[in-house]
Amino acid sequence: MSPVAPFLIFFAGALLAALTRGRLRAAIMLATPLVGAVNLYALPDDAVMSFALLGRDVILVESDRLARLFGWLFHLATLICVIYSLHMRDRIQHVSVLAYAACALGAAFAGDLLALFLFWEGLALTSVFLILARRTADSLRSAVRYLVIQVLSGMLLLAGIIALFANGNPLDLEPLELVGPGPWLIFLAIGIKCGFPLLHNWITDAYPAATETGGVAMSAFTTKIGILALARLFPGTEILIYIGATMAMFPIFYAVIENDLRRVLAYSMINQLGFMVCGIGLGTELAINGAIAHAFNDVIFKGLLFMSMGAVLFRTGKIGGSELGGLYKSMPKTAVLCIVGAASISAFPLFSGFVSKSMIMVAALEDHHQLVWLALLFASAGVFHHAGIKIPFFAFFAHDSGIRTKEAPRSMLIAMTIAAVVCIFNGVYPWLLYDMLPYPVDYAPYTWAHIVTQCQLLFFSALAFVWLNKRGLYPPELPGINIDAEWVYRRLLPHSARYVRDRLASARLAGGAVRDEFLQAGLGIITRWHGPRGALARDPLGSYALIVLVALFAVVLIFELFLGSR
Amino acid sequence: MSDQPETPRRERRHLFDDGRNVRYLLWGLYVACGIAVAADFVVERHVDHPWEAVFGFYAIYGFIACVVLVLVATQLRKVLMRRDDYYE
Repeated sequence: MSPVAPFLIFFAGALLAALTRGRLRAAIMLATPLVGAVNLYALPDDAVMSFALLGRDVILVESDRLARLFGWLFHLATLICVIYSLHMRDRIQHVSVLAYAACALGAAFAGDLLALFLFWEGLALTSVFLILARRTADSLRSAVRYLVIQVLSGMLLLAGIIALFANGNPLDLEPLELVGPGPWLIFLAIGIKCGFPLLHNWITDAYPAATETGGVAMSAFTTKIGILALARLFPGTEILIYIGATMAMFPIFYAVIENDLRRVLAYSMINQLGFMVCGIGLGTELAINGAIAHAFNDVIFKGLLFMSMGAVLFRTGKIGGSELGGLYKSMPKTAVLCIVGAASISAFPLFSGFVSKSMIMVAALEDHHQLVWLALLFASAGVFHHAGIKIPFFAFFAHDSGIRTKEAPRSMLIAMTIAAVVCIFNGVYPWLLYDMLPYPVDYAPYTWAHIVTQCQLLFFSALAFVWLNKRGLYPPELPGINIDAEWVYRRLLPHSARYVRDRLASARLAGGAVRDEFLQAGLGIITRWHGPRGALARDPLGSYALIVLVALFAVVLIFELFLGSR
Repeated sequence: MSDQPETPRRERRHLFDDGRNVRYLLWGLYVACGIAVAADFVVERHVDHPWEAVFGFYAIYGFIACVVLVLVATQLRKVLMRRDDYYE
């Protein structure tokens, strides 16, 4: 049998999972990534599959080293995620995990921008069910916000593609210069997926709102497709170095004071994405290799951390650091597996983060970005602090919350164990991963200097934690939320809209005159920009993008006004 | 969905219920810190950044970074923190 497009198998699996139940569905879900792996193994290195759409060829599959690495990664992540979800009987989640993985594979193997766009939208539409499946009022609101932002990213991508096409550019996935509206629109679209600063809050909003399984699946796919797209389209774009360094820095401050431990992981996700974005911006072979290797490792260790916190949430129904503590007594295996994930993200020697993050840091120094290097080093110490110590400490140790529960279900433990084994394997024997990277690797992670310096950094970060705790300087875990950039669309805009609505209502009472004035003013603004001499009328693309933006903001506002205030 | 937490009447003592084990763990950390810094005498380090030449640079930087991180974050909390239902 000749190999098929990797995503087809996962869509077929999703369809079959939708039609079956019980053990049969479980078997189908387990078989899907395994059959997929056989197919991927058989897929030739230079496979190309395309179909005709509106007289153009859309290249659905174009296999290269980068696509294959993400292909293997997504098969592994799906297998782990499927096993993790076997304890429950939720058809919606089971089907959407497989369909979501299918879209991620589709995006990874996409051969041109149009195919990428199709799967880009597919990622949003399939994953939103993993938030909705929580079935609470809060998760419904998060899901709608998530969907609006993801669709906005898709619209920006489409607008960018149209702009490129209108200027006669090819639509293949070759590097773009960041000049003109097309590349900038695409850059912004990817920026949303990667969680660039100010565009990042969908991550911290949606991941903690998702189900236990949903958080794991979402941490694996969407943002990594963003990183892959960035690596293909904007390698060596200098602004990314500074965007990446910012992303690595600011979330760690939020992570220290955040109470919801899955939101701590979401901030930590942005911090790790920052390292990858920085590596892509540096653009050297070592840096790109580092970014891609780190993306691989991050899917596994962040998945492991999300799984351990999902298990805690599943067993206790709680996830706030202020409510938890002492769980090592009832969930010792989960605690140990969580610590493996924590050691990996902190880049301890012999754990996976050690062999990939340092590639980016060395590349920054080699490229003479010394301030950026200091920022990344700060972020490395910080990540150990909040993800390496805080997550396991406040969930499993700290003060005893008195909660006594059962160990995580066996399926969850198996999934976490697989992830932990991969973390340690990649840390101990990185060369299998190195062999899959886009460029030949001339980098030795295990030098004495690297081991000693990393141990100094981590041990003294731990010492700082101990010292701060003993002096009573460590901020206690407190219930509450911290305002972030999302304040603009969750507070400012809805409040402004409510204010205008109330004013209009009172104006209506006062008589029609004021309303007419509003209408006149509104028409005046439209004529000024879109009339025969209007700036936006000259360039139809600008109008298109503006309409999409306005329409999406309108959706958010309407939602917040009529649903959000209930 | 979740099991009701139940507190058994007589529970066995766990690893860190014994204060000695906590102290052993902390002493382990202090010793590890000492060894890591002492290794700077032995291991030849390639210096790319001028600060790297400082003895025990990574130890100092890691400690200071974490203290600064936590102290700044604590101050930020005063500005940023709101009640859980702030957005509702």
